[in-house]
Amino acid sequence: MTEVSVASGPAGGGHRSTQRSRREARAAYLFLAPWFVGLLVITIGPIFASLYLSFTDYSLLEEAKWVGLDNYTKMFTEDPRFLNSLQVTTIYVIVSVPLQLAFALALALVLDRGLRGLPIYRSIFYLPSLLGGSVAIAILWRKVFGADGLVNAVLSVFGIQGTGWVGHPDYALGTLILLHVWTFGAPMIIFLAGLRQIPSSYYEAAAVDGAGALRQFRSITLPLLTPIIFFNLVLELIKSFQSFTQAFIVSGGRGGPADSTLFYTLYLYLQGFKNYDMGYAAAMAWVLLLIIAGLTGVNFLASKYWVFYGDTK
Amino acid sequence: MLFRPLNGGPVVKHILLIGFGLVMLYPLLWMISSSLKPEELIFREPGLWPSQVTTENYTEGWYALKHPFGYYLWNSAVITVLSVVANLVACSLAAYAFARLNFPLKKLWFAIMLGTIMLPYHVTIVPQYIMFSKLDLINTIWPLVMPKILATDAFFIFLMVQFIRTLPRELDEAAEIDGAGYWRIFIRVVMPLCMPALATTAIFTFIWTWNDFLSQLLYLNNPDNFTVPVALRTFLDASSDSSWGPMFAMSIIALGPIFGFFLAGQKYLIRGVATTGLK
Repeated sequence: MTEVSVASGPAGGGHRSTQRSRREARAAYLFLAPWFVGLLVITIGPIFASLYLSFTDYSLLEEAKWVGLDNYTKMFTEDPRFLNSLQVTTIYVIVSVPLQLAFALALALVLDRGLRGLPIYRSIFYLPSLLGGSVAIAILWRKVFGADGLVNAVLSVFGIQGTGWVGHPDYALGTLILLHVWTFGAPMIIFLAGLRQIPSSYYEAAAVDGAGALRQFRSITLPLLTPIIFFNLVLELIKSFQSFTQAFIVSGGRGGPADSTLFYTLYLYLQGFKNYDMGYAAAMAWVLLLIIAGLTGVNFLASKYWVFYGDTK
Repeated sequence: MLFRPLNGGPVVKHILLIGFGLVMLYPLLWMISSSLKPEELIFREPGLWPSQVTTENYTEGWYALKHPFGYYLWNSAVITVLSVVANLVACSLAAYAFARLNFPLKKLWFAIMLGTIMLPYHVTIVPQYIMFSKLDLINTIWPLVMPKILATDAFFIFLMVQFIRTLPRELDEAAEIDGAGYWRIFIRVVMPLCMPALATTAIFTFIWTWNDFLSQLLYLNNPDNFTVPVALRTFLDASSDSSWGPMFAMSIIALGPIFGFFLAGQKYLIRGVATTGLK
């Protein structure tokens, strides 16, 4: 407390400094007013409202009817489509995130170390990250991997008869995974920024000691980059678990063929806003929140064993 | 010496990088070239150079839906511009308070703010929809713009807090000695120095809002209110699977503004991604 009043300068005396801090607090709450309203009305309020709704049967037109845990038990015992959507999303996340980060890291390593034309390459590889979430690109994807699309046109040049990739239950999810991998540019830029933080003197010292490129990568680059890998991993897991647009467009809003692209969020949307089963959708939303929170929590716990923070070891 | 002798390593590296870049961009380039080809040539020619150039796809696509495509571009532009302005104002107000002012429970509120960044949108979507529909605001711009006016894009608050913290406090103090209040310090001292962070916020808000599909799909279901992404989607439903030319043409137009911002704002985009992990 005394420090504060000293720091607040010539006013000095206790009375005037409390007056000042009160004035400051009032100003702060005014600056924060829009945010407070938003927090209450747009964020926190709806979180609890959806928790309440998840215990009800509600269709927007009638009053909400309390059904206890019914929505949750139905999800895990009577709804194969729900379990399927969970499975589809999990496969998507588990395959596409590591692949995407591997590409991001590989390209960042190639582009590092004063390569000429770096800004141009960086931009080219980053562009898909900006466009990847749009409807236009999802449409393009549907056509590239369609029965008479670009991929099959290229294959037919080599005399191979391709199938309709987005229309085939075995391959449709694969095309969405490819689309996600295609957007590796954003994590690549984060990796590049991380690589730049590693002092070049480390490499010089290692070279003097006779360490080759591979050894330098394993003993210097990789350990020092683990915090960035961790950061990218947490971010991409959270994000990819919520993927929606691409699956919606590529499957024409239904998650097909044979529910093979029925992402969790897509099923939530169909339940809540096509079937107007809003209680069920709210319950799904809470399960999603718990999954993402759990995943992030496990990630943080596991990070103790592989993420290397130089000075706080 | 104009041409330095090149050794083998970098040349191979460049060839591989250019090759890989081409493969990555090929679908995009193919879409541009296909949009300029007559319909029947699209499948027959996987190459990029059209043997016959036509703008027919563009004129046909422009008038293929209920309204000319410019109508949807305008709807998207209105929502996007309002979102950008709202985010700039609301997020910078909150960021200034978090970065510079002391107030009770500041640490708690800051932690809550950070927590909301990671919150999945779907958790709030059902009650939000119910609220906006009870308020009779479906098919208006309010469900899309109101959250921005209320600073719910916490990512940008965080971005600006980080930026304001790097500015020297002496500037604030000097202005205070000159008798400036918090508002004047915010407007006259802090904001002008925040231009890079504001630019990053503006560009990302623009791109995200322009691309946003889920909330526009939810809240805009009258064709008179459709934005570009929702209009493109009806295109997909309406046209048979063989007519792609017009759809490609309109997709190119839809991507145009993002591409423009990408070219103009690369510096801010890349710095923004590198410092905060934005997409």
